Amino acid sequence: MASRTAGHLNGAEPVLTAHAVRRAFGPTVVLAGVDLTIARGEVVALLGGSGSGKSTLLRILAGLDGEASGTSVVHGTAAVVFQEHRLLPWKRVAENVGLGLSGADGPGRIRRALAEVGLAERDRAWPAELSGGQAQRVAVARALVREPDLLLLDEPFGALDALTRLRMQILLRRLRAEHGFAALLVTHDVEEALLLADRILLLDDCRIAAELPVDLAPTRTPDDPAFGALRRHLLDRLGVPTT
Amino acid sequence: MSRTTLVEAPDEVTAVVPVVPRRQRPARRWRRVVSPVVLVLGWELAARTGLLAAEKLPAPSDVLATGARLSRDGTLGIHLLDSLTRAGAGLLIGGLLALVLGTVAGLLRLGDDLVDPPVQMARMLPHLGLVPLLIIWVGIGESLKISLVALGAFFPIYFNTYAGIRDIDERLVEAARTCGLGQAARLRHVVLPGALPSLFLGLRLAIGAAWLSLVVGEQVNAQTGIGFLMMEAREFSQTDVVVLGLLVYALLGLISDSALRVLERRMLTWRRGLRAT
Repeated sequence: MASRTAGHLNGAEPVLTAHAVRRAFGPTVVLAGVDLTIARGEVVALLGGSGSGKSTLLRILAGLDGEASGTSVVHGTAAVVFQEHRLLPWKRVAENVGLGLSGADGPGRIRRALAEVGLAERDRAWPAELSGGQAQRVAVARALVREPDLLLLDEPFGALDALTRLRMQILLRRLRAEHGFAALLVTHDVEEALLLADRILLLDDCRIAAELPVDLAPTRTPDDPAFGALRRHLLDRLGVPTT
Repeated sequence: MSRTTLVEAPDEVTAVVPVVPRRQRPARRWRRVVSPVVLVLGWELAARTGLLAAEKLPAPSDVLATGARLSRDGTLGIHLLDSLTRAGAGLLIGGLLALVLGTVAGLLRLGDDLVDPPVQMARMLPHLGLVPLLIIWVGIGESLKISLVALGAFFPIYFNTYAGIRDIDERLVEAARTCGLGQAARLRHVVLPGALPSLFLGLRLAIGAAWLSLVVGEQVNAQTGIGFLMMEAREFSQTDVVVLGLLVYALLGLISDSALRVLERRMLTWRRGLRAT
């Protein structure tokens, strides 16, 4: 049941530790004791079929679920990117990014965060004027501007078209290389998990059923034979026939 | 008055849809002017030729002349000011009460359980039917008129405040929480702006209800006001003054509604962005 962590191997202090996380909706148990540790700078993908409780787990870790039991501690700051952009329609892009932001040089930080996602020019736009991909990039900027130690991503590119999703995955890899944040990526897309994660957790039957380090070359492509082998293995574990 | 707002609301909705009708709009706008103008001209003609007896319905030009005369000697101004004061005071009292109770019921579960049931019950009472009871309670003076207006304004503002708060997307509140916004900041940045479109709708309906309540209230023992002017004119068979009073009521409704729409457009610019896409 307990997941071993790669973090201790690196000797790094974990950025997130969760222990015995349980959650039930009425009689239906969704999470039956999940243990999870994420090391500093580590990207962990949480894979699972729909209804496997992966989004529920992320909401608990983000502190958005008051009715779960167990412990979950974030050592540092966390920011969340949801599947929908969740920008406030009545605030312009820059105001959305700076929502609840405190500290010195707010405008400068907002400008830099928007520039990093390639939307420096759209700071005065209303969210309704943006395309789906642009709005999601603003949501990423809203998370980044807080300089989080841990980024919680709940199927962040799930609602985007295939091309935009590829661009967003590349963007996320670049941002991660620059900022070195740790991340928990909830997804049902095996390729996305393999492209972005250092370690993959499989959520099945209310607990973490398998853990898989992703030992691929730094420039990952789906054309790599090792990538294909891992992909087949994961799909197999998820119960999807690959032949 | 409330009829005009109800009829006009769908117009805004259709304005969202395609660009195509826009090209026809100038021609259509002129076409829509034709029938009112013909009606007024027909009325004038019928009155001038004696087809309409002057004591039943005077010519529109006579009504306008009466209006000019009464505003020159100051009579119209005095009565108008009194009517406006009553409407303003009633709106303020009823509106503030509705805003507070609607917010409490919309935000707090306890408030919802305690406040909403009695309000829902009271809503079923036609508030203009309460005049006899109100006369017993507060007498036939100013307080009767103001109470009536306050009652009329209360319900639309209460219900729209309540609905506006309830309709806010829970996911946006959640996102604001992950951005570190506390309770007060969430109210300010998410709940208030999210409920604002509903609040405006409530205010517009409330102003309509306020004028309607005023018309009824000013017919009970008023010594001043547009309603009093009309009742007095009826006793002396001055039909032109009666029609003038109606015209003033209509104009008051029209002006307040348009002013509110301008304000709405200013404050809800983000919704225009929504429409543009």
